[in-house]
Amino acid sequence: MRILPCGQTALLVECAPGQVASLHAALVASTLPLADVVPAARTVLVRCEPSRLRSLREQLGAFLAAPLPPAPAPAPGTTVTVGVRYDGPDLDRVAVLTGLDAADVVAAHTGRPWRVAFGGFTPGFAYLDGGDGRLAVPRRDTPRTEVPAGSVGLADGYSGIYPRSSPGGWQLIGRTTAALWDADREPPALLRPGWWVRFVAVDR
Amino acid sequence: MSLEVVRPGPLSLVEDTGRTGLAAIGVSPSGAADRTALAHGATLVGNDPALHAAIEITLGGLSVRATAPATVALTGAECPVTVDDRVVVWGLPFLLAAGELLTLGLPRKGLRSYLSVAGGIDLPTVLGSRSTDVLSGLGPPRLIAGMVLPIGSTAPEPDEGPPTVPEELREVHPQTVPEELREVHPQTVPEELVSAASERHEGPPPPTLELLPGPRTDWLADAGALATTWTVSPDSNRVGVRLTGTVLHRSPSRVGAELPSEPLVRGAVQLPPSGQPVVFGPDHPTTGGYPVVAVLTEAASDRLAQCRPGELVQLQWAALRDATVAALP
Repeated sequence: MRILPCGQTALLVECAPGQVASLHAALVASTLPLADVVPAARTVLVRCEPSRLRSLREQLGAFLAAPLPPAPAPAPGTTVTVGVRYDGPDLDRVAVLTGLDAADVVAAHTGRPWRVAFGGFTPGFAYLDGGDGRLAVPRRDTPRTEVPAGSVGLADGYSGIYPRSSPGGWQLIGRTTAALWDADREPPALLRPGWWVRFVAVDR
Repeated sequence: MSLEVVRPGPLSLVEDTGRTGLAAIGVSPSGAADRTALAHGATLVGNDPALHAAIEITLGGLSVRATAPATVALTGAECPVTVDDRVVVWGLPFLLAAGELLTLGLPRKGLRSYLSVAGGIDLPTVLGSRSTDVLSGLGPPRLIAGMVLPIGSTAPEPDEGPPTVPEELREVHPQTVPEELREVHPQTVPEELVSAASERHEGPPPPTLELLPGPRTDWLADAGALATTWTVSPDSNRVGVRLTGTVLHRSPSRVGAELPSEPLVRGAVQLPPSGQPVVFGPDHPTTGGYPVVAVLTEAASDRLAQCRPGELVQLQWAALRDATVAALP
């Protein structure tokens, strides 16, 4: 793992693919003086007060020298079931891209749980990984200017759900009525890094 | 007690120090674009800079009326200001009497001004902050005419009126907000201001903004090429400031490489395929897919928040003597 500079208030830890979840969990559980821990695809950002950056750099080095505990298994209460009506405008396209038929795409998407890898893009949006590898499809060549809230998409090996209507370039395979984001709820995001999602097909 | 918005100006928002610790679920820090000016205003009216919200005014134009006597102060980009017919002093607290109308003109230089009120703007918090995040839409709506902004209660005040300002504080404002401050909001900046700003900069040297190494500095073919003069693009806002100038190139080994999404910070200087850098502001997305080749110092990030479209800025790598910088890997 490498510690990369990121200004006066943060350091970026670069790790091997597949290590992000365990690194994120270990950092959150640690006693390091962190203002924020932000996972992404291959990196985890840690934030601190500028005056603490130097000592954090040293502590982090020591922390990362020790072996990481394995990524935690799904804990009770951290698996969210999301009902999806699989009638998205790109379902047939995904079938073509994957060589599956539409029913197989649905079966693959619902067949195993997805892990909430990291957030971003917009509040409540979660990049889900660890699903069926056959569903790795590229983004659309031309993004849509408006993707309806609740749209369930696939891109670059991830699945994701649009929390609100927004532009977007993912391949849309279905739609859910689940509230991904509610600022008045605690926590406001339905999905948090380290949690799991199981999709189920519903009629409406 | 409250302030009534009579005229909002081009863009006026409620801002405080923002939201921390929520980036993992996609929530940007948001908060005042010029944190130095926000903190200065809070101090002048006896507020807690970490707690109280103020009004962030982009390119002046705000008029508000107090429903009850309120101690207020103006900081940031200096605008002509009147209270009914009297002129008040910028950067010092003063009493706004009940019914009095406070009106800001256009700042001569700089972009964002802050109106702080003793007790703070007391709109409901969203995720621990009253800041408006223009990217996600979290927080209060932008100010519109007729909006009534509640003011929080202040600690019991002595009878002698507004707090007195120590002699040393009288000199703070000009130092805290250097004259080379300026900045942006795209949809609100009239064409003539952009050109006026450019002309003005043919005289004084552009503000220098210090850069620290970013996680992907090695993706630049020539890191020195970033340390030059750039023009602030009109296509800039609280999410990010686009800089135009020399086209920057990726190092040969990184040409065509894809970078999986990485977390972003305020002040991050991102290099998109266009070769024209984007510097992220308070309402930045929490992750991004282009390499971050440098990060502005915290002070430089505040200074950039006062730079108008069309103005020039000088980027410069920070000297490594600084203790904070020396701690970098």
